[in-house]
Amino acid sequence: MSTRQRLAIAAGTLGLVAVTAAIAGGAAARGRWSAADRATLASLSLSSLPRLEPDPSNRYGDDSAAAALGSTLFSDPRLSANGKVSCATCHVAEREFQDGVPLAEGVRTTSRRTMPVAGTAHSPWLFWDGRADSQWSQALGPLESPVEHGGDRTQYARVIAAYYRAPYERVFGPLPTLAGLPQRAGPVADSVRRTAWERIPAARREDVTRVYANIGKAIAAFERRIEHAPTRFDRYVAAELAGDRHTPWSAFTKDEEAGLRLFIGRANCVTCHNGPRFTDEHFHNTGVPASPRVAAVDSGRSVGVRQVVAGEFNCVSRYSDARPEQCAELRFAVTSGEELVRAYKTASLRGVADRPPYMHAGQLASLGEVIAHYNRAPAAPAGHTELRPLRLSARETAQLEAFLRTLSGPPIVPR
Amino acid sequence: MLTRLGVSIAAAVALTASACTMFAKAPQELDYSSTRPSASGKYRGSFQPVGDPIRVGRLHSWRLHLETADGTPVDDVAIAVDGGMPQHKHGLPTKPRVTKQLGNGDHLVDGMKFNMGGWWVVKFRVESPSGPDSVTFNLKL
Repeated sequence: MSTRQRLAIAAGTLGLVAVTAAIAGGAAARGRWSAADRATLASLSLSSLPRLEPDPSNRYGDDSAAAALGSTLFSDPRLSANGKVSCATCHVAEREFQDGVPLAEGVRTTSRRTMPVAGTAHSPWLFWDGRADSQWSQALGPLESPVEHGGDRTQYARVIAAYYRAPYERVFGPLPTLAGLPQRAGPVADSVRRTAWERIPAARREDVTRVYANIGKAIAAFERRIEHAPTRFDRYVAAELAGDRHTPWSAFTKDEEAGLRLFIGRANCVTCHNGPRFTDEHFHNTGVPASPRVAAVDSGRSVGVRQVVAGEFNCVSRYSDARPEQCAELRFAVTSGEELVRAYKTASLRGVADRPPYMHAGQLASLGEVIAHYNRAPAAPAGHTELRPLRLSARETAQLEAFLRTLSGPPIVPR
Repeated sequence: MLTRLGVSIAAAVALTASACTMFAKAPQELDYSSTRPSASGKYRGSFQPVGDPIRVGRLHSWRLHLETADGTPVDDVAIAVDGGMPQHKHGLPTKPRVTKQLGNGDHLVDGMKFNMGGWWVVKFRVESPSGPDSVTFNLKL
C-alpha cells in the first residue's frame, strides 16, 4: 500500500469518525465555522473578557476589607425605612442576584425589573437607563429611593456608627460625630426628612454624605467580585476553536448549534449582544411595550442620561476619587436626541434563561416571548424601534432559545 | 457632496433591503480608506487611532490630520464630529469632540467609541473662514 493510499484510508476513517461524532454531537470540526464566525465566537467567549481595571472613582474598590464590609451591608435590612429591605432582598445571590418578578418589591413596588449583578463592574453605565456611572453610585440610588429601601442619610450613618464602626473606620478612617443630628434626615422625597436635612449646616451634611458615599463604595467593592462563571457555551467555543473533541460538558445539540448560527448570523442578535458579556453596554429602543403595571411614563435613557450628568455621586463629583479626565464615558456621553427615548440598556445574556421575566419592567414572561418580540419587531410605544422583523420560522425561534439556554451557569460569588 | 450623496444612497439601499432581513449588508463599493478628500475637495483628512487598533466597545482617541488639497496643514478651524450606522439609523454611542490642536494639522479627537460591529460612518464638519466643509470616513468593524 502506498503512502498516499494509507493517508487516503486514514483520512476516510477520520472523516467517518467526524461524521459519526457530529451526529452524536461529539467532535469539534474546524470546517463548521468560517474565519469570521470563529472570530465572533472567540469575541463572545468569557475568556475574551478583559481583566477588570481598577475603578478610578472608587479607591476602595479592590480593598478586601471594604469588600467584606460591603458584603455584610449588602444583606443588612437595617439599611431601610422599615428594617426589612436589604440589597439582597431583590438581588438574591441564589438567583443570579435578581428576584424573578416583573417589578422589584422594596418598601413599595418599584417601576423596574431587578438587574443581575455579575460582571457589572465592566459596565460604564448602571441601571436600565444608565442613570449611574459606577457600581458605588448605583448602590446609593435604591438606598434613598422611597419605593426601594426608603431610608435616609442620617439613619444610615447611625447604622454604621452603631454596628459597623470598627470595620468602617479601618477602611475609611474616623466616622464624623453624629451628635445632635436628626434621627431621620436626607435629601429624599419625604418633605419632613428633607426639611430636617436642609436645616443641618452644610459642612455636617457633607460629613454625613461622605459616610453615605462610602457605604456605596464598600458595597461596590463586594459587587466587583461577583463574576460570570464559564458556561457550556464557553466550553463549546474553546473546543471548537481548538479543534478538540467535545465532552458532554461542551457539546451542543444540532438545535443549539443552529441557534448559535442564527444568533451570530441572520437573526443579528450579536449586533447588540456582543462581547463576552453579550452586551454592548449601550442603550437601544427595541419597541418593548409599556408595562401595564407601571402608571408613570418611562422614557428610558433620555431621562437617565440627564440624571447621571447631574448626579451627586457621578464620576466627576466631589465624592468620586477620579480625576475628571478619567471620567471619559460621562464627559463624552450623548445627552440628547430622539434615539434616547425609551432606549434601555442591552441586558447581558449570560444566565438569561434562568432570569424570567424579561425587559426593563418584566413585560415579557418567557424567552419564547422575547424571541417572538424580536421576530415581530412591533412599533415602539414612544420613540423609534431599532428592530426590523426577523421572519424566523417556529423551528428557528426554538433553536435560538435552545442556544440561549447554553449561556447558563451560576455566577462566581466571593466568600 | 459626492460622499454625502454616496452615504445617502447607501442608506436608502439598506433601508429597502431591510424589509426582508433585520439589517442589510453594507454597500460593497464603500471606500474604507483612512485618508479621504472633503466633500467640496478643499481639504484632505486622514485619521489614526491613538494607541491600540480600534476595538468594538472600547473608548479611545483619534488623531485627525487635516490639510488643504495642496498639502498645507490646517490648524485653526472648528471641527465637529458626527457619525453613526446608516443601516441601523442610529448615531455614535458617544459624543466625541476635538479636545486639542496638536499642530501641523493634527487634531486630537477624544471620546470615540463603536459599540457594535458593522459599517460605521464618521463625519468631521470643518468650519473655516473659507466656509464649511466635511470629511467622511467609512469604517468596517
